[in-house]
Amino acid sequence: MLDGVLLGLSTALSMQNIILVIAGCLIGTLIGMLPGLGPMSIIAIMIPIAIKIGDPSSALILLAGVYYGAIFGGSTSSILINAPGVAGTVATSFDGYPMARKGEAGKALTIAAIASFSGGTVGAVLLMGFAPALSSVALLFHSAEYFALMVVGLSAIAAFAGTGRVVKAMMMTVIGLIMATVGESALFNAPRFTMGLQDLQSGLNFITIAMALFALPEALFLVLNPKRGKIEGTSGKIDNLRISRKEARQIAPVIARQSIQGFLIGVMPGAGATIASFLGYAVERNIAKGEDQDEFGKGSVKGLAAPETANNAACTGSFVPLLTLGIPGSGTTAILLGALIALNIDPGPRLMIDHPDTFWSVIISMYFGNVILLMLNLPMIPYIAKLLTIPRNYLIPFILFFTMIGSYIGQNNATELLILAGLGVFATILRFADYPLPPLLIGFILGGMLEDNFARAINLTDGASFMYERPMTLGLLIIGVGLIALPAYRRRRARALAKGVAPGD
Amino acid sequence: MKLIHKLVIAAVAATGIAITPVQAKMDQVVDSIHFLIPGGAGGGWDGTARGTGEALTKSGLIGSASYENMSGGGGGKAIGYLIENASSNYGTLMVNSTPIVIRSLVGRFPQNFRDLTMIAGTIGDYAAFVVHKDSPLKSFKDLVAAYKANPKKVAIGGGSVPGGMDHLVVAMAMQAAGQDPTKVKYIPYDAGGKAMAALLSGEIKALSTGFSEAVGMAKAGEVRIIGITAPERVKAAPDAMTLKEQGIDAEFVNWRGFFAAPGLPKEKADAYIKALTLMYKTPEWEAVRARNGWVNIFNPGDKFTAFLVKQETIIKDLMKKLGFL
Repeated sequence: MLDGVLLGLSTALSMQNIILVIAGCLIGTLIGMLPGLGPMSIIAIMIPIAIKIGDPSSALILLAGVYYGAIFGGSTSSILINAPGVAGTVATSFDGYPMARKGEAGKALTIAAIASFSGGTVGAVLLMGFAPALSSVALLFHSAEYFALMVVGLSAIAAFAGTGRVVKAMMMTVIGLIMATVGESALFNAPRFTMGLQDLQSGLNFITIAMALFALPEALFLVLNPKRGKIEGTSGKIDNLRISRKEARQIAPVIARQSIQGFLIGVMPGAGATIASFLGYAVERNIAKGEDQDEFGKGSVKGLAAPETANNAACTGSFVPLLTLGIPGSGTTAILLGALIALNIDPGPRLMIDHPDTFWSVIISMYFGNVILLMLNLPMIPYIAKLLTIPRNYLIPFILFFTMIGSYIGQNNATELLILAGLGVFATILRFADYPLPPLLIGFILGGMLEDNFARAINLTDGASFMYERPMTLGLLIIGVGLIALPAYRRRRARALAKGVAPGD
Repeated sequence: MKLIHKLVIAAVAATGIAITPVQAKMDQVVDSIHFLIPGGAGGGWDGTARGTGEALTKSGLIGSASYENMSGGGGGKAIGYLIENASSNYGTLMVNSTPIVIRSLVGRFPQNFRDLTMIAGTIGDYAAFVVHKDSPLKSFKDLVAAYKANPKKVAIGGGSVPGGMDHLVVAMAMQAAGQDPTKVKYIPYDAGGKAMAALLSGEIKALSTGFSEAVGMAKAGEVRIIGITAPERVKAAPDAMTLKEQGIDAEFVNWRGFFAAPGLPKEKADAYIKALTLMYKTPEWEAVRARNGWVNIFNPGDKFTAFLVKQETIIKDLMKKLGFL
C-alpha cells in the first residue's frame, strides 16, 4: 500500500494536477452555491473538458474536485435563503437557516465549512486505508436492508414532531410519501396518480418541491411580515465567523461520529449522501440531551454540523464501490463511471492493479482538495453572509429568481414553474397552520426508494417475511421505530415529571 | 450583487470551455449536436450517445457535442420533452432503442416513435445473461435446469420494468428452452448499476442486461456471461457462449438509434444522416465500436421507419404470446 501512496503522491503533486484540483474545487463550490445546479449537472458539463485532458488520473482528479466542491458549496443556499439545491443539503437547512435568521449566518457558514472539511478529510483517510476491505461492505445490503435503512432515515422526522405536533408531522410525512408515488415507478409498468397529465408522468421533481416548500414560503413571509426582513441582532454580527469554545466542544464529537457514520452509509451503493445526512441528523438529535435536543430545528450548531459532516463523508464513501467494484451508487458517480470508461479505464477490482497511479492519486488529491476548499471558502464567508444584509425589497426578488431558476433549470420545462407556484401557495397555507414542512420533503425524498426496495424485497421473498427473517433488516427496523418512539416517550416522561410525579411512581 | 456576477461568469466560463472546437480532420457536416439521453449515465443509451458523439467530434464531422441525461418513466420523460419543446430542439438528437417500440405498444405514453423525426438506427446490442463469478451456474442451460427445478428460487434481475425489454428477453429465452415463460421471477431495478450491485451481492441469481454493459464487468472478472442472444460469438468477448450453441433457439438484437424533434426541417435531418453515414468510415468510430462490442446496423431515414414498423409487429406477437398484451 505504501508504494501505492507514494505513487499517488507523485502523480497528485504534479503541477498540472494541483492546478486541476484547485480549478475543480473552485468551479464546483461556486456553481454548487446556485440552487438547481447539483454536482450531477456540473460534472456532466465538465466531462468534455476532462476527456480532452486525456490522462485518466488528471481527468478524475478534476471531476472529483468538482464533485466534492459542489457538495461543499451546496450548503450555502440552504443556510442563507432556505433553498436546498440538492437533496443532500436539505437537512443542512433545518438548523442552518434558523441560525442565519438569528443573525449568525457567518458562524453557520463557518461551521458548515469546517464540518464539510472534516467529513471529507476523514472520508479520504478511510478511503485510503480501507477501500479494498470495504468493497465487501458495499455488497452487504440487499433490497430488504435498503428498505429498512429508508425507514431509519424517515425517523429524522421525529425531530420535527415538537410538543403537540406529532400528529401534524406524521400527516406531513404521509403527504410526502403520497407525492412520491406520483408518476411511473421503476417497478410497476403503469403510471399512477397522474390524472392523465403528461407532465406528471415522470413524477414530481425534487428541486421544485424543495423550492416550493422551503424557499418560496420564506419569501412570501418576508413580504407579508416586514419585521421578519430584519435579522435579529446587530448587522455587525452577521459576518462574524468566530465559533466559541463551548460550541467547538459541542460540535467536535458530532463531527467525529458523523464522519465515520456518513462514510459507511456512502459506501452502500443504494444509499448515498441524502440518507447519510438525514440519518446523521436523526442520530445526533437522539444522542443529544435535554436543552441541546430542544435546540434541534431552532438553530442548533450540532444539528448543522451533523448533516454537513455526514453528506461530505458519504460523498467520499461513494468512491469505494465506484473504484473497487465499478458500481455507481448515485447519479453523480454513474457519470464519473461513464467518464472513466470513455478514458479507456475499466473500473473494477483490477483498477488498483492495472492503474494504481489513477487509483491512488485520486484519493491523495482528495486531501488537497479539502484543504483547498477550506482555504477558498473561509475568506469568502463574510462576503457571502453579507448577502442577508441586502434590503428586503432587493432580497425578495433575488430569492424568487433563484427559486424559479432552480426549478426550471433541471428539467427545462415551464410546467415546473406552475407546479412550483401551486405548491408554494399550498406550503404557505400549511406554514400558517403551523404544520412542519421538512417531514413532507423527507417523506418525498425517501418515499421512492422506500417503495422500490420494499416491493423488490417482497417480490424476492414472496411475502413480508424478510422483515424478521433477515437479522440486519430486523435490527435496522427496530432502530428506526426506536428513533421515532424514543423522543415521544421522553417527552411524556418529562411532562409527567413536570406535573410532579416522581419517576418511581 | 457582485457575487452573482462572479457566479454567472464562472458558470459561463465552465460551459464556455466545454464547447471549444477540436481540430477538424474531415469536413465538418454539422456544427454541434446536443445528445439527449433518456436514461441515467453509465447505461446503454448513455454509452451509445457518448460513443457516437466521441467518434463524430474526434473525426471532425461535427464541431462539438454536448450531452444531457434525462431519465424517468423508462424514457417517456425525454420523449415528452422533445415533443413539447420541439422548435427549440432542432439541434438535439435523442438516443433510443427497442423500448420505445415496446412502450408505445403497451400504450404507456401517448407518444409513439411515429411522433418523432426518425433519423437513423445506428447499432445493435445483443442481450446477455450474466451470473456472479462464483455462481455454480456455468451456462444458460444450468440456469434453465435451476429454473425447471424451482422457478421461485431463481430470481432474475434487469434494468427495465416488468414487461420491459430485459424481462421480455428472459421470457423469450425461457420459452425457447421449453419452459413456462410466465413463471419467471423478474426483479426490476431502476438503473443498470444497481442491478449489477444486486447480482454481486447475491440478491439475484442472474441478470438480464445488454451485452455491452456486461462485457466490461466480465473483463474485470467479477461476473460471467452465460449466454448471449447473438447468432454467433462476438469478438469483444470470445468466451461468451451464444444461446444457439446451447441448443436454445432465441435471438435478439436491441437496436439503438437516433431521433430528432418533430417538425425538423428536411435539410437538417439530411445533414444529421450524412454525418452519421460518413461516421462509419472513420477509424474513430471503429475504435468506439470495437471497444463496446457493438454491431453496425445502419438504417437511415425511411429505411429506419420501415425497420421500426416491422419490429413493432414482431414484438407485438411475442408480447401477446407471453401475456403482456
